[in-house]
Amino acid sequence: MSTISSVPFAGTPEQEKKLREIIAKHKEEKGCLMPILQQAQEVYGYLPIEVQKIIAAETGYPLEKIYGIVTFYAQFALNPKGKYRISVCLGTACYVKGSGDIYNKLIEKLGIEGGGCTPDGKFSLEACRCIGACGLAPVLTVNDDVFGRLTVDDVDKILSQYD
Amino acid sequence: MDMINVKVNGVDVSAPKGTTILQAARLANVDIPTLCYLKDINEIGACRICVVEADEGRGKRLVASCVYPISEGMQIFTNTPKVLESRKKTLQLILSTHDKKCTSCVRSENCELKKMCHDMGIEDEFKYEGENIPYEIDYSAAHMIRDNNKCVLCRRCVAVCNANQGVGVIGANERGFKTHISSAFELGLGETSCISCGQCISVCPVGAITEKDDTGKVLEAIADEKKFVIVQTAPAVRAGLGEEFGYPMGTNVEGKMAAALRRIGFDKVFDTDFGADLTIMEEATELVERVKNGGKLPMITSCSPGWVKYCEHYFPDMIENLSSCKSPMQMFGATAKTYYAQKMNIDPKDMVVVAVMPCTAKKFEIGRDDQSAAGVPDVDISITTRELARLIKRCGIKFTELPDEKFDEPLGISTGAGVIFGATGGVMEAALRSAVKFITGEEAGNIDFTEVRGTQGIKEASYKVGDLDVKVAVASGTANAAELLKKVQKGEADYTFIEIMGCPGGCVNGGGQPQVPASVRNFEDVRGIRAKALYDQDAKMEHRRSHENPAIQALYKEFFEKPGSHKAHEVLHTSYVKRGL
Repeated sequence: MSTISSVPFAGTPEQEKKLREIIAKHKEEKGCLMPILQQAQEVYGYLPIEVQKIIAAETGYPLEKIYGIVTFYAQFALNPKGKYRISVCLGTACYVKGSGDIYNKLIEKLGIEGGGCTPDGKFSLEACRCIGACGLAPVLTVNDDVFGRLTVDDVDKILSQYD
Repeated sequence: MDMINVKVNGVDVSAPKGTTILQAARLANVDIPTLCYLKDINEIGACRICVVEADEGRGKRLVASCVYPISEGMQIFTNTPKVLESRKKTLQLILSTHDKKCTSCVRSENCELKKMCHDMGIEDEFKYEGENIPYEIDYSAAHMIRDNNKCVLCRRCVAVCNANQGVGVIGANERGFKTHISSAFELGLGETSCISCGQCISVCPVGAITEKDDTGKVLEAIADEKKFVIVQTAPAVRAGLGEEFGYPMGTNVEGKMAAALRRIGFDKVFDTDFGADLTIMEEATELVERVKNGGKLPMITSCSPGWVKYCEHYFPDMIENLSSCKSPMQMFGATAKTYYAQKMNIDPKDMVVVAVMPCTAKKFEIGRDDQSAAGVPDVDISITTRELARLIKRCGIKFTELPDEKFDEPLGISTGAGVIFGATGGVMEAALRSAVKFITGEEAGNIDFTEVRGTQGIKEASYKVGDLDVKVAVASGTANAAELLKKVQKGEADYTFIEIMGCPGGCVNGGGQPQVPASVRNFEDVRGIRAKALYDQDAKMEHRRSHENPAIQALYKEFFEKPGSHKAHEVLHTSYVKRGL
């Protein structure tokens, strides 16, 4: 199944201008793709196919080579962050307290994979490792809000707060 | 040259500096198994199958022999218990994520992994069991199937796609346990700028990449009594098919092939070499016209559908440089369904043209637009050399026992010029043999244009034809083609005529030819050996210039009038599309 983001691309001409400047600056360097991808992600927040295609065309590298690098490193994202960024802690303490089930429940409720974003751009979901609130395990955050001592049944209530 | 002395299993070997342990072992007649290694293309030392113990004075260490260079006094041990145990463990780990459906696998007979497991004495293919990721099988391309459940991640396919072909539509995605070979954004290969060359199939050691098998369609057509089924075979097929039946590489099995096709049940057994001769008539005429009338130059050949698709994707601004001639296969089909159907009083709708090709891109080509001269597709089914071998075996034909038979007339009559189409430089040479006559009205003094022969990726030559200086270039493998075309685009070269073949070495090394295991491919000149079979045949032919082919002369007299006529353009020429990336 294609991994092209279901969130419509909303890049601006200003962003594209910046991207082209970044590429022009680095493209003659050996190993130019890493700095270009890192800075492109700073500009767009993620690396959708539209951005990767520009990088491929300008550098002459095949799109697959670029995509291979993007999916190799965890720091690169194929989907934008949602208006509400949900982050579920899968660190040891949270995990043994059942955060895996909560994470799976969110995947099911939102209809997206980890690292994904709902097509309306509202929620994005990711897993994180320990956020230092083990006393509240299992924990998730929505933007800057922290929710602790959760059960699977709490998921609906949390989501409904962000409608 | 600096020679380095080593011992391989106690045997003295002397080899030049820079030689790898793998190569040095060969000199001592020791065959070290390899999986990921492909000479010059994939030298990544990743799979660890080729490990040996090497002692450089600091004790024995396990090293990857495919990339480890020899050093003075090195002692190499290729079959110690430690080496064999290591290889065995590696194989068992590979098997733990391999689907092991060997019985139904198309590579069952020549799987490199299977042979290696057998040689290493793997007694339990389920030694390591655990979680596996099931992969969707990709059927999206016209010509091939990719099944990652069989993939062993050797990356040979990725290497040829990038290094030889300059295409790079497949690569390794994700990391660690999730690593898999796929295309950008997990798109199906049919949605990418894959050129269908099939070089990835040629190098896959297992059954993860295979052509779409159309042998069933062939047998169905033959069984249908209402259909008149004819077959044509490309030049390179006769130089490769024998390998599937135990003949040494480079054996020309044209006679037995024709006999086998007749026994499979084709109504007529014809030869694409006829189509090749026809192509020369049209293409040489087109070249002369372009030169005389200030047409787009350099003109570039259009016989290779992999190359044509590459041009459309990667050099869309140069599609006007492509000759408008259909490929020999399509010219043959178009002629069969117009001229021949008329002559035999057969409705072209009831005629099935099967093509046997050294090529997978032909499966894409038969579905292209503007390839239906009689209102039905010029060619109905295109199978590879490998599929023909499968058909012969399935039909229980004892190939090696067959008599040598001839092709049927008239579409089986050909010249030496048609035969050499299967090797890089062959189309150029065949065209030159006729262009001289077309331009000057006199036969060329020499018939062998040896400057354009040989397996180098790029060749150049210039000839005086009448008053004209004709500068020609020949490239094979689309990465080489790109290098050549960039020179043309920059104005650094002013060729009149260029021959490009999608696969390195031309059709003899096409993506539909019998697979050659890495253990042979890394040490033998496969392209050169197979090409020799074609040049040897050319030298022995009665006619060696396409315009001397009596069947071609009759075809023009009875049907097309003359090369480049209006009717010839309607039936034998085509158009291209800008595809982009």
